Amino acid sequence: MQIVGDDANGVDDVMVEAKALVKRFGQFEAVRGVDVHVRRGEAFGFLGPNGAGKSSTMRMIAAVSPRSDGELRVLGMDPDRDGPRIRARLGVVPQQDNLDTELTARQNLHVYGRYFGLSRAQVRARADELLDFAQLAERADDEVEPLSGGMKRRLTIARSLVNDPELLLLDEPTTGLDPQARHLLWDRLFRLKTTGVTLIITTHYMDEAEQLCDRLVVMDDGKIVAEGSPAELIARYSTREVLELRFPPGEQGAVIPTVEDLGERVEVLPDRLLIYTGAGESALEQTHTRGVRPLSSLVRRSTLEDVFLRLTGRTLVE
Amino acid sequence: MAVVSTGKVVGSWRAAWLRVEGHWTWYRRYWKSNLYSSGLQPLLFLAAMGIGFGSQVEPGPATGGLSYLHYVAPALLVAGAVQNAIGEASFPVLSGFKWQKDFFAVTATPVTAGQLLGGQLIWVALRLLIASVVYALVAGLFGAWLGFGVFAAVLVAIATGIACAVPMMAIAATTYDEGTRFTSIFRFLVMPMILFAGTFFPIAQIPAGLRWLAWISPLWHGNELARGSALGGLGFPQALGHLAYLAALFAVGWVLARHYFYKRLVV
Repeated sequence: MQIVGDDANGVDDVMVEAKALVKRFGQFEAVRGVDVHVRRGEAFGFLGPNGAGKSSTMRMIAAVSPRSDGELRVLGMDPDRDGPRIRARLGVVPQQDNLDTELTARQNLHVYGRYFGLSRAQVRARADELLDFAQLAERADDEVEPLSGGMKRRLTIARSLVNDPELLLLDEPTTGLDPQARHLLWDRLFRLKTTGVTLIITTHYMDEAEQLCDRLVVMDDGKIVAEGSPAELIARYSTREVLELRFPPGEQGAVIPTVEDLGERVEVLPDRLLIYTGAGESALEQTHTRGVRPLSSLVRRSTLEDVFLRLTGRTLVE
Repeated sequence: MAVVSTGKVVGSWRAAWLRVEGHWTWYRRYWKSNLYSSGLQPLLFLAAMGIGFGSQVEPGPATGGLSYLHYVAPALLVAGAVQNAIGEASFPVLSGFKWQKDFFAVTATPVTAGQLLGGQLIWVALRLLIASVVYALVAGLFGAWLGFGVFAAVLVAIATGIACAVPMMAIAATTYDEGTRFTSIFRFLVMPMILFAGTFFPIAQIPAGLRWLAWISPLWHGNELARGSALGGLGFPQALGHLAYLAALFAVGWVLARHYFYKRLVV
């Protein structure tokens, strides 16, 4: 297999290359032939609902889960053969925090850094930097157990950075956090990206994917159903704007014939109609003119949620 | 500008040792409560059985003409180690997989599942060393030892403990519930083993038809070795046989534990 990069550095600039990647657990096929190509410095996302195969793919990339079929190169190496060498250069933020909750924040970083062959002096210096970066300096010598969810998450991210990873894998980094904690985390991840760290993120939040990812794949049922930048995907699979009309449950169906022609497409959700159109405001005026009286209405930009709905007929978070 | 990672792969023994270092960081915070449970409990047994109860026991052929304190002290050393080792190999190991999940954190680094297992075992061995030395020192103040054989007895205690810890870690790695089976193991295997496998009285007292239960228990082999070390009177071939049994238990346990560690961590 010949891998050619985008510039003179060639092979070195391909961080992850997967071809027809498959993961089976017994009879169940969690990942069903996935092609992925991640370049150095990119923020790459796997967007999809729970159970789409994102985490299984991530674990194969993290070299802790042998592939069942297909090809996979991470940092130019084969995870089956060079697992430890790959993991030495990775940072991993798992879906669930697995910190040592009986140690202090600082001790967590010290102990973890040592697994990467760093000297005591190195881990001490690195821990100080990372505690600042994660805005945990004030809690550095507190035990982890009583820290808030957002703090634990930031500490997990700090820990994943202890070896200055070239590739950072984040599995659902902000699931379960409140909005403020999410924004703080996104800010930290964005900073990392500007320092040249390659990010791979799985998420089922479209806003997270839009915020963080240069490029993403939409996964559903173990397969990739679309690939591109958030803007490209929206342009390709949705309209510029969406008119949302909210009705009492069950009454939206009767309105469809009246408004069908106002957009390129109409989606029917349990409590809403989504009308996909280039010009939302004028579509809204038309609905009023035609005597449609929804409970409420909203004109908004298309998001990746709409892309997902278009591609799979389902919403991301159910 | 491209980032260059500072991480590197360390050798297997070093990787296992780094795991020990991690445990040590934890131990430094919590050593008091741990030493209490792991070191003091056998001493309470020694005081109650060796000194209290033992004062009512006449030296006889079963005790080799020695006081009951001398007879029971080496066996309590081993029994304590076995109990500690099995305890350390149960819930704390399950927690690494299930509750704290820190085993998954460790194996996301260059450290492998096998090295992690090795680190866990070395750590248990160190814990046993600390507890055994504390026990031996205090028992020494009671006059429980005849001579330097106690040093060999400490090594025997650690070896027996580790031989029991490995298969228990294999069991922990295959446990997916809340660990209810551990309680059954403590109750129906460990406790009867401590009571009947030659800790408090010679197994010759056990009815012949049931004696094989003692023979297959690792603690009996450890007790025989520890008594032989502390009191003498154990032939070289017998000693070799007991060691071989413990080594075999360790080997089988290691193969199983390693298999199940990989099975659970690398999926």
